[in-house]
Amino acid sequence: MEQVIANGLYLGAQYALIALGLTLIFALMNVLNFAHGQMYVLGGFVTYSIYGQLKLPFALALVCSGVTLAIIGALMEKFLFRTVIRRSKREESTMLLAAATAFFLDAVILLLFGEKQRGVPKIVSGVFVSDWVILPYDRIVVGVIAILMIAAFVLYMQYSKPGRAMRALAQDRIAAQLMGVKVDRYSMIGFALGAMLAGVVGGLLVSITGVNSGIGGPISIKAFLMVMIGGAGVVGGAIAGGFILGMMESVGLTVLREYGDVTYLVIFALLMVFLSIRPNGLMGKPWG
Amino acid sequence: MAALFLLALLVGVPLLINATGRTDLYYTLTSVALLSIISAGVWITFYIGRINIGQGAYALIGGYVSAILVTTYGVSFWLTLPLAGLFCASVSVLIGLPILRLRGVYFAMVSLTLTEVARLLALALPITNGARGIVSIPLPGSISLFGIALVPDFATLANPRLAFYIVAILLMALCFVGLRRLAHSRIGQLCQSLQQNEELASSIGVNITYLRVVAYAISSFLGGVGGAMFASISQSIYPSSFTVADSVNFMLNCFLGGLAYVLGPMLGTFVLYFGWDVLFQTGEFQLLIFSTVLIVLILVLPNGLMSLTLPGKRSA
Repeated sequence: MEQVIANGLYLGAQYALIALGLTLIFALMNVLNFAHGQMYVLGGFVTYSIYGQLKLPFALALVCSGVTLAIIGALMEKFLFRTVIRRSKREESTMLLAAATAFFLDAVILLLFGEKQRGVPKIVSGVFVSDWVILPYDRIVVGVIAILMIAAFVLYMQYSKPGRAMRALAQDRIAAQLMGVKVDRYSMIGFALGAMLAGVVGGLLVSITGVNSGIGGPISIKAFLMVMIGGAGVVGGAIAGGFILGMMESVGLTVLREYGDVTYLVIFALLMVFLSIRPNGLMGKPWG
Repeated sequence: MAALFLLALLVGVPLLINATGRTDLYYTLTSVALLSIISAGVWITFYIGRINIGQGAYALIGGYVSAILVTTYGVSFWLTLPLAGLFCASVSVLIGLPILRLRGVYFAMVSLTLTEVARLLALALPITNGARGIVSIPLPGSISLFGIALVPDFATLANPRLAFYIVAILLMALCFVGLRRLAHSRIGQLCQSLQQNEELASSIGVNITYLRVVAYAISSFLGGVGGAMFASISQSIYPSSFTVADSVNFMLNCFLGGLAYVLGPMLGTFVLYFGWDVLFQTGEFQLLIFSTVLIVLILVLPNGLMSLTLPGKRSA
């Protein structure tokens, strides 16, 4: 059982980091970023190229993943989403744009990196063994980095000037604008930050699970699940949702093993019941 | 106008195809017709202000219901077509009652996961035969009334593709005529009030719960019928027949055509499907070009293709 909990915590830390990026973009722009999974995959491939192929240090590869995705995110916000939000009559149009960018990133990834499953050498070898839990060291390292990043992100949002501005934007866009917050600038920073988180998680996980061009969509769906559990647009909710999903997956895979591949079916069913009781998730604000 | 269009599709297109010998176009056009029926369902949910990315689930369910009824119980295909639709509609009422309370992005995300649920269910249930799916479904049989054959047995036809084409076009015509009636009826007007402000609509006495469940049920009915037709044409159905990507495409069809226009889903489906087909020659760059064109289209025409051709109707 302890093993299951340890696995759940490790998974949860990854998931929370993915969900944080998605929820940040949603909170600031009201955009459901379909391309989040693709950003994750792209981050994974950048780390694969730099750490796996060029043999440069892993930390440098991670930074490169983050920076690449941050630039892509900023450009997407500036040239695509901002324009469509301004021109369209219905805000749903951004969803179409997000889906199209997901296709676009998929195509780019496929062209640049091919369709093969890619992995990199372990960052730390060896396995941690104690009486009650067995964990490879690289998983521990990745899990700890993920938790540190979550903490850094929360602190950044709470105490830095851009963080405060972004929280104000999420709360009330017009009021924030009236108070002198540069809406365009902080929307861009927010989008870049969200994309960066996706890229960094992709880079982190490539060292454990590897990466291939087809996993973008499923990752996006998982991210949506976490955001729904926690409540869209709330930082705490995303973290809670990530850990809850990670724990459910870990427990489900153990408990439901003899029934076949039904873990996610059960999770979906539970989610439906949960959402009919709490439509806004754990911490979400009432919608609409 | 509409009758002329229908006549052109039923008589003109087959003549043209015969003249040019491109019989593969039958399959393409049949697919467009059926996909536009399924997309029309998505359009209805847009009409009540919900973003529906779960239509693939109902298409899959419809396909399986029809396939199981035909292969296991020997029911006539023509009977299974409405049955598949009705089954989907009743499922959607059960699912819709809780989830239609959600709005905006929440509903979009839940409906997206619905497609995944349907796929996993199809894999897990014993009756759907798991990942192997249901194959070699017999072609639709004949319908006769008082001894006169109204519809011949498809298996005896020289060209079943043409027959499927005609059936699909007729279904599409029926669907869009119905959709138009619905959109301009009292219920349609009430649905539009939901799209704008549910609380306000409710406060002046509109039964919003009932309306949105009805709209969702009609939407799922269309999805089920379209899925059942697809299963019959390809004579097979697998858990991967309708996936999340298909659900997203149904939504894209509606968006691209224009959400404010009844014929939007039809035009959107046609453009997307043919665009994708034409780009097939570009090989590995297909998806790249396709998505780039899509992004540009959204940037230039964020309110859909129909807003280009009918600028005067916008104020109506």
